[in-house]
Amino acid sequence: MHKLDDNRAWLLIVPVFALVAFNAIIPLMTVVNYSVQDIFGPGQRAFIGVEWFREMLRDPTIQAAFIRQMVFSGLVLAIQIPLGIAIALLLPRSGWKSSLAIILIAIPLLVPFNVVGTIWQVYARPEIGLLGRAINAVGFDYNYTASPVAAWVTLLLMDTWHWTPLVILLAFAGLCSIPQPYYQAARIDGASRYAIFRYIELPKLKGVMTIAVLLRFMDSFMIYTEPFVVTGGGPGSSTTFLSIRLVNMAVGQFDLGPAAAFSLMYFLVILLFSYVFYTILKMNSRA
Amino acid sequence: MMSIAETTLVAAPLARKRARSGGRRRAITASLLGLFLIFQALPIYWIVRMSLMTPANVLSRPDFLPVDPSLDNYRTIFSDPSWYMSFVNQITYVCLNTVISLAVALPAAYAFSRYRFIGDKHVFFWLFTNRMAPPAVFLLPFFQLYSAVGLFDTPWAVALAHTLFVVPLAVWILEGFMSGIPREIDETALIDGYSLPRFFVTIFMPLIASGVGVTAFFCFMFSWIELLLARTLTSVDARPIVVTMTRTASSSGLDWGLLAAAGVLTILPGVAVIWFVRNYIAKGFALGRV
Repeated sequence: MHKLDDNRAWLLIVPVFALVAFNAIIPLMTVVNYSVQDIFGPGQRAFIGVEWFREMLRDPTIQAAFIRQMVFSGLVLAIQIPLGIAIALLLPRSGWKSSLAIILIAIPLLVPFNVVGTIWQVYARPEIGLLGRAINAVGFDYNYTASPVAAWVTLLLMDTWHWTPLVILLAFAGLCSIPQPYYQAARIDGASRYAIFRYIELPKLKGVMTIAVLLRFMDSFMIYTEPFVVTGGGPGSSTTFLSIRLVNMAVGQFDLGPAAAFSLMYFLVILLFSYVFYTILKMNSRA
Repeated sequence: MMSIAETTLVAAPLARKRARSGGRRRAITASLLGLFLIFQALPIYWIVRMSLMTPANVLSRPDFLPVDPSLDNYRTIFSDPSWYMSFVNQITYVCLNTVISLAVALPAAYAFSRYRFIGDKHVFFWLFTNRMAPPAVFLLPFFQLYSAVGLFDTPWAVALAHTLFVVPLAVWILEGFMSGIPREIDETALIDGYSLPRFFVTIFMPLIASGVGVTAFFCFMFSWIELLLARTLTSVDARPIVVTMTRTASSSGLDWGLLAAAGVLTILPGVAVIWFVRNYIAKGFALGRV
């Protein structure tokens, strides 16, 4: 759409700007402040420059948490994006069945993070949980408090349960925006189901899927409460993701300087990845 | 050229075959979807089941159906003010958050959808970067900030803090909806003598009502499910139910039955909200800009 040039439009974004600036810039400056100082106690601090950043980059526990986080987010995207599209394709497009399915699918989205953790903590237990018992009954030796693999499977299943609905809703929204004549034309041409998906539906999904990939990436990269409640970062440190490591450092050990330096780098990594995703996906949807 | 009779002869088996494969395909579709819905529903069933049992039974009995079902856990919650008031607290700050977010996001989204101005793209991107800030990063600074301005342990603190990641998304969704409304409508109304605020409220808002509904849904959702900031910014007076849940550990360990009952109660408002927006939710992002 053609837009009017008018700098008075700034007046309309002043409220949002003020609110977000209050919430973002002041705390961010606090973090920057901590990250370059060594704090011994009240009123006792020294400027130490980038020392904390250097130390954090060398910290092997953080490096390990970072790799874990990357693998986790990668798996989350690899599972949830295709699954979400597939389920959206199966959904009826209109009528009460469609509404009912949407409501059932959307419920996990409204479950608070720690309740999700509470549910899966018990649901996946090998001796009393339905899921844990089912997996063991099939013949796998499954116990998420003892085996790292089982812990990862549990967390991935939980995240898939909680967040695939968002991908489904987005994909479904994209599919609903395709005009019926497209399908009629395809039927007249005798297009196969696959061809319809590949040449009509997939291109229309690119826009909403960009949003889905971005949101899923950000949220899975910041995940804290759910794994914390279920595994507490264990067994060992096999599910200690970046946020869990950070909260341990800032709240548990009260290492403000290092935690602040860690925070800033964490934020920058998410920013960088999101920007790269955004650019790639945008190029794709233009091509 | 084929005669009509011959066409029918060829076409009839084909049509029958197609109908049969269509029926089979529909059956496969329905059963796959059914499987997924069961996968989605079972964990919810499991927490409802837990909420009807005593903690000892939760930890010892694997039965599929609830063992000795009773509503005792719910009775405990509704007779203890520290439980039910925390439920009220959570609804208070989530609603505050939704109202504040919509109030600031509506004019901003209108500006982004209708005007070009200095720094518009940068501000839009900057807004969205706040969606990417891990809450864990902001815990301590938020605690200090809201203590300094005297809002610590009030619903306002959590409501305002949650706007950090809710507002960017709200602006984004609303902007998509607004861009779907042709600008001729604005121009006509302004020529007819409407002031911008009056036009916005009486003509424009009804046009994007479904967009406002969907945005409110997402504001509600992301604020409702958040725990870390809510826990950091409250202590006693404004404590939400998600935080009360994390503090139920007693000498005998966690009371899983009570936790589950509280968990079920946190799911109910969400179900109600979904019910209201069920017909619009799918359209929410379809129009969003990328």
